[in-house]
Amino acid sequence: MTTNKRTDGRNFDELRKMEAKVGVVSSANGSAMFKIGNTTAIAVVRGPKKLHPKFLQNPETGRLRCFYNMVSFSGSGDRVRPGPSRRTKEINLVMENALAPAIDLSRFPGSSVDVFVNLIQTDAGTRCAAITAAAMALADAGFEMRDLVTAVAAGLVEDQVLVDLNYDEDSHEMGVDIPIAMMPNEDKITLLQLDGRVKKEKLNEAIELARSACKKIYKVQRAALVERYE
Amino acid sequence: MGELFFEERNIVVPGDKLAMGMDYLPAGGAFRDGECIRSKVLGILGINGRVLKVIPLKSQYRPRPNDMVIGKITDMTNSVWFAKIDSFRDGVLTVREVPEYIGDGDDLSQYYNFGDYVLAKVLNVNSTNAGLTMKGPGLRKLSGGRIIEVNSAKVPRVIGKAGSMISAIKEKTGCRVIVGQNGLVWIQGEPEHEFVAVEAIKLINEKGHLQGLTELVSEFIDKKMKNVSKKETEEKPKVEEKQVTQEKKSDKDDEEEQPKRRAVGRKASKKVAKRSKK
Repeated sequence: MTTNKRTDGRNFDELRKMEAKVGVVSSANGSAMFKIGNTTAIAVVRGPKKLHPKFLQNPETGRLRCFYNMVSFSGSGDRVRPGPSRRTKEINLVMENALAPAIDLSRFPGSSVDVFVNLIQTDAGTRCAAITAAAMALADAGFEMRDLVTAVAAGLVEDQVLVDLNYDEDSHEMGVDIPIAMMPNEDKITLLQLDGRVKKEKLNEAIELARSACKKIYKVQRAALVERYE
Repeated sequence: MGELFFEERNIVVPGDKLAMGMDYLPAGGAFRDGECIRSKVLGILGINGRVLKVIPLKSQYRPRPNDMVIGKITDMTNSVWFAKIDSFRDGVLTVREVPEYIGDGDDLSQYYNFGDYVLAKVLNVNSTNAGLTMKGPGLRKLSGGRIIEVNSAKVPRVIGKAGSMISAIKEKTGCRVIVGQNGLVWIQGEPEHEFVAVEAIKLINEKGHLQGLTELVSEFIDKKMKNVSKKETEEKPKVEEKQVTQEKKSDKDDEEEQPKRRAVGRKASKKVAKRSKK
């Protein structure tokens, strides 16, 4: 790449425009909307409630369950087929694991806390937007958390390290997508996914870039939570 | 002395660094992480000397022994009722814990039927259930009136210091109000007044974290009640114009109206009982 700007005119370390709002679904315990560029996630928290089937219950702590869903009109071309798929199952698992270190459900043994995330518009980075929205919704519901969780996708396009990839970059044939979630105050990474080939130095560079991007997203998250009650 | 990053009554979110240094101590809603004290919940910071606590803005109800809760009967077996108490634990009420004598093989729905609301006390809590009792002063089935929900973190705000808020609502609206620890509130009174009380409690649920809440709510109720009484006085003169005797009659009607309404409620619940028996 010879230019020093991206296809949409951003710098390599620049995030897309963000917007966050808490308490968007009034019937829920906690809810939040997080929008980054054209990716919009709405997260709703239900529970704690008794977990069924019973064998899934953990008598020592509550269980966090995530339900990721892309709305049928959310894509930019074909209708997104509803229902569980291999991909959503993976993302559910990944979200649970990314949020689990932050949240403490030991006060609710045998229960489940369900987080439903719907994406009404997508332009890459959906799992990161979903995690970011889910963390806000969980905090809004009043759960005890060590920290919020913030996620962003770092990546490589033709050996150039980027942050917050859009769909064109994400689907680039020479591109690598690295979703990273972290607890910003703890400065600990809770999710790091990578498929593709990448050099060690480039990976470290991408992680550092994502780390500073997460701090920027955290500011938006925090402001939205405070704003709700001011 | 260590460094404090927030002021009293600031809103803090989970993970926020509240203070640095070992001089400060964490209380509820805060925890120590190495050198600093951090917040665990979304809430309002309270500073009491060296002790930092975070008062949560929302929370989930966890039943504890001796809590007075309002439950909705959702299921029953030969000897137990199950009540939904807005928690991840079900409320369980056994026949031994009700004041009525229940004979062998009696139909339990005669006493507490599906959908009935009861005011009960939590006896004990185990891993899956919360044992309830109906034996105790004031514990009973709640017939008539209406039920609304508030967040359990707002229950202390609805009650107020030494019951100041709840008694203000009762006094100003003339309604009977019972607040369960689980966040269910039962209100009964004149329909219009009931409505004002509901609005007031909803206001507390939304604005409960603000300072000067008592004044805000009492102002709100006064304003609403003025409208209600205006409506009532507007209606009354019409009757006066016709005949004095009729007015007396209508007053009587008013008196009678309430018991009637209750009776209707009872009948209706009996009907439901019959239907469910069939």
